[in-house]
Amino acid sequence: MLTKRIIPCLDVRNGRVVKGVNFEGLQDVSDPVELAAFYSDSGADELVFYDITASFEERKLFTDCLRTVASKIFIPLTVGGGINTIEDFDRVLKCGADKVSVNSGAIRDPGLISAAAKKYGSQCVVLSADVKRAEGGFRVFSHGGRVDTGLDALEWIRKGVALGAGEVVLNSIDTDGVKNGFDIEMLNALDVEVPVVASGGAGCMEDFVELFRACPGVDAGLAASIFHFGEVAIPELKKRLVDAGVPMRPVPSRKQETAI
Amino acid sequence: MIAIVDYGVGNLFSLRSSLQAIGQPAEVTGDSAVIRAAEKVILPGVGAFGDAADKLRASGLDRVVCEAAAEGKPLLGICLGMQLLFEKSSEFGEHEGLGLLRGNIVPMQGTIPAGLKIPQMGWNALIKKREHPLLREVQEGDCVYFVHSFYATDCEDSVVAVCDYGREITAAAAKDNVMGCQFHPEKSGPVGLSILKAFCEVSL
Repeated sequence: MLTKRIIPCLDVRNGRVVKGVNFEGLQDVSDPVELAAFYSDSGADELVFYDITASFEERKLFTDCLRTVASKIFIPLTVGGGINTIEDFDRVLKCGADKVSVNSGAIRDPGLISAAAKKYGSQCVVLSADVKRAEGGFRVFSHGGRVDTGLDALEWIRKGVALGAGEVVLNSIDTDGVKNGFDIEMLNALDVEVPVVASGGAGCMEDFVELFRACPGVDAGLAASIFHFGEVAIPELKKRLVDAGVPMRPVPSRKQETAI
Repeated sequence: MIAIVDYGVGNLFSLRSSLQAIGQPAEVTGDSAVIRAAEKVILPGVGAFGDAADKLRASGLDRVVCEAAAEGKPLLGICLGMQLLFEKSSEFGEHEGLGLLRGNIVPMQGTIPAGLKIPQMGWNALIKKREHPLLREVQEGDCVYFVHSFYATDCEDSVVAVCDYGREITAAAAKDNVMGCQFHPEKSGPVGLSILKAFCEVSL
């Protein structure tokens, strides 16, 4: 049976991992390469490597940093932040990314999704949406959650999948950083045929149990600060989820170096 | 030296890095002389079967790969590269594969239970059908990373391991020196590296 995935997100700024509360108040946490190796050994099923400010400041990712992570970590790696053109896809894929996540760039130019899917395959294209409740619906925000695009989130995501996105990351701005659980209501409002990654709101192990219990259409849970600050350890989280009947990939019995 | 066949399909960064990590000299190459000189050959690939088969033939490397197989050199196909080892695929029309393994590539659409997402994307457990040196380190419950919408059938003589995705899906196949993984060993953590290492050390 396909297992549910646990995905730590490494929001990166100037080559360091950061995590804000509701995208404000950034705080330096650790070195991306060290953290990535630690998570890989801990049983993380995938890593998201995200330049949190690239979209706003039009800054490019530090591809050297990405290349170093990708040359040492042999689990799937998704890269996002500042992906606006096919050249941006090319740049990060050459540095070892397996999937590329688009957000503001796809809002500006939805054709980016179809062009990338055609060139690299849908499995490579992840549509990431920052979504917030507004005026009785779910609305897409861009630029790190700062700008209301006016787009209806569910329509936008369905359109993105139709254009060729092979996976969706739904990040609830309403629950992000609050640590009171994933946005079950928002996640269950989404109905797409591609894998869905839930993001925003994880505060403890039970939040993941509730996520996979309440949202059968969700394939993965993504979080950052609770992992970075050691509030939740991935091996314990996976054990708890297995006990709750959620299929999980076992934590590697050997570290990568000893496998070598 | 291991030749990673570069015929313009897919991202070979991780594959090269993972072989480097296990201390195996490998070269990403489209040069038939380099592939002929290699001790072992890896045929990677992502995307559509027809496109990839056309590119492989247009580059002339299909013959070089088949020669290597005929000489008894260990050959490992990964993901679409594994599918190309079989006889034919029904992905967007009918396409001829290399025919090094008996069997056909068919879509998940319509052949797995409704409600399962296609592609299968994520970690699934390997279920061994028989012992093979390629999976010598793999233990019960070990998971590997899959991304695919098509799979090999009618390959009872070569199947080594399957995974459960609503039905049994061919995960690894081998016949003599020709081996294939539907999953991505270069993305499957320590388990995947152990499989690559086993391939590098295989003696036939």
